[in-house]
Amino acid sequence: MAMAPISPPHAMGSNRTRTIMLQVLGATLPGVALLTWFFGWGTLINILLASCFALVIEALILHLRKRPVMFFLNDGSALVTAWLLALALPPYSPWWLVLVATGFAMVFGKHLYGGLGQNPFNPAMLGYAVVLVSFPVEMTSWPVWRGIEELQPALTPTLGLLEGLQRVFIPGSLPADGWATATALDVVRNNSALTMAELRATEPALGGMAGRAWEWVSLAWLAGGLFLLYKRIYSWHAPVGMLGALALMSLLFWNGDGSASNGSPLFHLLGGATMLGAFFIVTDPVSSATSPRGRLVFGAGVGVLVYVIRVWGNYPDAVAFAVLLMNLCAPTIDYYTAPRTYGHARATRGMGKGQSERH
Amino acid sequence: MGMVLTAVAVLLLLALVFGALLGYAAVRFRVEGDPIVDQINALLPQTQCGQCGFPGCKPYAEAIANGEAINKCPPGGETTIQALADLLDVEALPLDGEHGEEKPPMVAYIREAECIGCTKCIQACPVDAILGAAKQMHTVIVDECTGCDLCVEPCPVDCIDMVPLPVTTRNWRWDMPPAPPLAAAERGAA
Amino acid sequence: MTAQIRIHDIPGGIHPPENKAQSTTRGVEQPPLPARLILPLLQHIGVPAEPVVKVGDHVLKGQLLATAQGRFSCALHAPTSGTIAEIGPAPYPHVSGLHEPAIVLDSDGEDRWVELEPIADYRALDHVTLVEKLAAAGISGMGGAGFPTATKLLSRPDHRIETLIINGAECEPYITADDMTMRHYPAQVVTGIEILMHVLTPEQVLIGIEDNKPEAIAAMREAAQHNPTIRVVPIPTKYPSGGEKQLIQILTGREVPSGGLPADIGVLCQNTGTALAVHDAVMLGRPLISRVVTLTGGALERPTNVQALIGTPISELLAFAGLQRERLHRLVLGGPMMGFTVDPQAPIIKTSNCLLAATEQELPTPPPALPCIRCGLCAEACPAQLLPQQLHWFALGKDYPQLQRYNLFDCIECGACAYVCPSSIPLVQYFRAGKGEIRAIEQQHTKAEQSRVRYEQRLERLQREAEQRERDRQARAEKAARAKAAREAREAQEQQTGAATEPDLARVKARIPTLSPEQKQLKIAAATARMALQKAQKQLNANPDNSDLQAQVVQLEQAHAEAQQAFEQATSQEDT
Repeated sequence: MAMAPISPPHAMGSNRTRTIMLQVLGATLPGVALLTWFFGWGTLINILLASCFALVIEALILHLRKRPVMFFLNDGSALVTAWLLALALPPYSPWWLVLVATGFAMVFGKHLYGGLGQNPFNPAMLGYAVVLVSFPVEMTSWPVWRGIEELQPALTPTLGLLEGLQRVFIPGSLPADGWATATALDVVRNNSALTMAELRATEPALGGMAGRAWEWVSLAWLAGGLFLLYKRIYSWHAPVGMLGALALMSLLFWNGDGSASNGSPLFHLLGGATMLGAFFIVTDPVSSATSPRGRLVFGAGVGVLVYVIRVWGNYPDAVAFAVLLMNLCAPTIDYYTAPRTYGHARATRGMGKGQSERH
Repeated sequence: MGMVLTAVAVLLLLALVFGALLGYAAVRFRVEGDPIVDQINALLPQTQCGQCGFPGCKPYAEAIANGEAINKCPPGGETTIQALADLLDVEALPLDGEHGEEKPPMVAYIREAECIGCTKCIQACPVDAILGAAKQMHTVIVDECTGCDLCVEPCPVDCIDMVPLPVTTRNWRWDMPPAPPLAAAERGAA
Repeated sequence: MTAQIRIHDIPGGIHPPENKAQSTTRGVEQPPLPARLILPLLQHIGVPAEPVVKVGDHVLKGQLLATAQGRFSCALHAPTSGTIAEIGPAPYPHVSGLHEPAIVLDSDGEDRWVELEPIADYRALDHVTLVEKLAAAGISGMGGAGFPTATKLLSRPDHRIETLIINGAECEPYITADDMTMRHYPAQVVTGIEILMHVLTPEQVLIGIEDNKPEAIAAMREAAQHNPTIRVVPIPTKYPSGGEKQLIQILTGREVPSGGLPADIGVLCQNTGTALAVHDAVMLGRPLISRVVTLTGGALERPTNVQALIGTPISELLAFAGLQRERLHRLVLGGPMMGFTVDPQAPIIKTSNCLLAATEQELPTPPPALPCIRCGLCAEACPAQLLPQQLHWFALGKDYPQLQRYNLFDCIECGACAYVCPSSIPLVQYFRAGKGEIRAIEQQHTKAEQSRVRYEQRLERLQREAEQRERDRQARAEKAARAKAAREAREAQEQQTGAATEPDLARVKARIPTLSPEQKQLKIAAATARMALQKAQKQLNANPDNSDLQAQVVQLEQAHAEAQQAFEQATSQEDT
């Protein structure tokens, strides 16, 4: 037989990378739907733009790197990166912002490191961080949501498709005032005089727990995440690590409801990008730690950093920076969290090339 | 003035403390290892073939310790070069083709019908892997043969062949899987 | 019954489709006697057996064909009566398709048994005799690796075996050979277990059977009812619970130390098929010449189990089960998880438990591998708690020290990781290649070390020889110098006494007779004649009655006398 022998196992499970990617996209749908309900077409335009940019850039780079284009486009990973990035960006981000973010994510976040599976950083978060640092104004103003006009007549949400397209493609052509505002996280961060109750009264945006609309969207992300957990796309370790650490931190440094309050645990869990991060970002397998125990540590690290940056740092939200910082630590975490192998008294941990004991 | 003196004193003290600490560490954590020549020699394949241009592995090991290039050992091939590079913390160079090419492991085989029993190969063998006496047919101890080729040249009747070690089901090995498409494309492009 | 056995869970594992039902409907069938059997000398782990028969010999069924070579070897017997057709390389069930030395036996169709020596009461025998009986029957483990059973029973004489585990888990899809063995020969299997108990005297015997085989569990429970030490333990169905290390963990909660043997923790594991073979060897006196083999897969018309003779070519068994050649996509010996592709010309051997003739749908060609996305599903599936994604990474980079650090050698190659991999990466192949490479490097190192020692010893020897020669030379030189000094002293003395040197020289010359060429020839002739005479005399001494020789000797004596005389005459003429 001249043919190379086929290695066992001969049987194959039905799990495929593409299926995993599509299920992740599917799990974002409840959140996308709610975002669209609250903020109008902005989210969908973001997703569409980012996806097109990502696919075109991916195809171009694959071609440049002389890789089979369709083979790799088919795996759906570019789509997931673009999609998650689009969800993280404020709705109605100008088209060039989406392009810059997606470009950075695909080129610097993914392909410069060797493409799928090789990137040390979460590409979506890298793209996000770049535009957050470069264009803080665009990145920190979120459009107001459906229903706010009843509370604050000065504000009007952008709900029409045409209006939305205009904001995205001809930024500056519509009045800048009255359609965007600071997020609840911002409000609490910048507050130093009012108690939480007073703040809630003056800032209707704050809502019941973590900002109107936000709470519901967060719950939708949570639902999607639970679906992915149920489908065993990823294990519970990273999300639980992150949410647990964040809850613990916010409980420890809550400071009550006075003017020095840093926000309740619920405020932090349901506010900002916490839930999106916990179920769609820290669960990215490529750039996180690899063993279940490692993922728990990785998630916990992200949770702690998110809180630290939100409360004591310079940015209102911090998921992107926290994830990128923990990406740096992932290899080290891997070294120290290897599981104990069958038949060994203890796990081989730590750095170094020393040989494991062999008999 | 007092300040300056204090600063100098403090610095002096610090220097003493750290110096003592370093000195202690140097004694306490001294790496007791083989002399470097022995470590290098342990990585060489010990075929004693002389293809590197030195009269045996040990001399080449000594030469490497004195700065000779690490890529002159064809029998050791890529693996040995990599191991030497790791040991000496230098760059792994490709094998120097001038000294020969990496071949699969070979053993000498004496066509016994043609052997005249001259003992020349026995004298040439660096590891005493050939058995025989004057006017008696010689034979190779396969397990001891390093495949160094040194016995081939002296044979007056050219009855020694170098043959690859036969593959059986017991020494057959799995190859690494074929390269994934990305690497394949890269190779095609190169 | 005493307390319930606690079942422990193993980490990881997978639940592939079982596909076991299709081959269990026809019982254990008897295929036709093959015309030609191929009996490889190596059917076990260890050293090949050594043939004790020659080409052309006629042998009877059960007759010894090859003996074990040392402890890690196993005897081989004739599965039927017939003539030895060939001894040499023949097709062998190995993934490489390489041939291995084998005894080829042409059946005479009579299937006549050699005289068997059953043991009436094995309880009367001590365990050494019983183990010898098992060794003589050529039994090696029939579950997978083929470890010689007698050696396994004696593997750690200093460790007490507390628990004997009988492996009837059979966790791999498609395979039903053990299931059918337990269903159809439960009494024999239990007797075999009792013989093993007599040898090992364990405190408990646990028969682990996956709970997807209710018939086998019931049959074994019934057969083992009389013996309270033997307990049938149904275990949850999960691949690879039938791996030796995994089954031990499930039944005892303990782990075999890395690189060690189960005996190190007082456990010994035997397969149900092996227990049946033990029964046959002791109670019937039959050596291991046949085994239950599952014939299954979508390309077979009638999947079934057969009691096949060892050495039966695979193609004949497939024909018996109705192979539809056009549907056959991949022929696997063993199961779909750990089996390997084989040449249908190869025979089945003592370790062959299943032939899987799979269609394209059953075992499709895997799609090209994508890059690893480190999803970690492999680590979740790994029963040995390894990190296959990291091992894969290091195998790609040929980082052998890291591979060992991440315990590559604890991988049992069960294939669960590759099964769940969404990127279709052939992980097991990476690990096997990595292991092979590391072993080869270690072998090279051992050989290099051996060569170095031999080289240094040779250098020492050459040095010693040179020194010896030098010493000899010096000794000779000294001797010569002394002789010269003595001569000079004597000469000086002689000069003093005034004696002439001339006559002295003449005397020396006279003492060494110089012979002319003619004289030399005569001398040689005389010597030749003397030699011939001596030879003839010797022959005569051996045969004193031979008259020819007597005459010859007389002639030779005369010839010798003449030659000697001629030579002496010539020399005396010269002297005068």
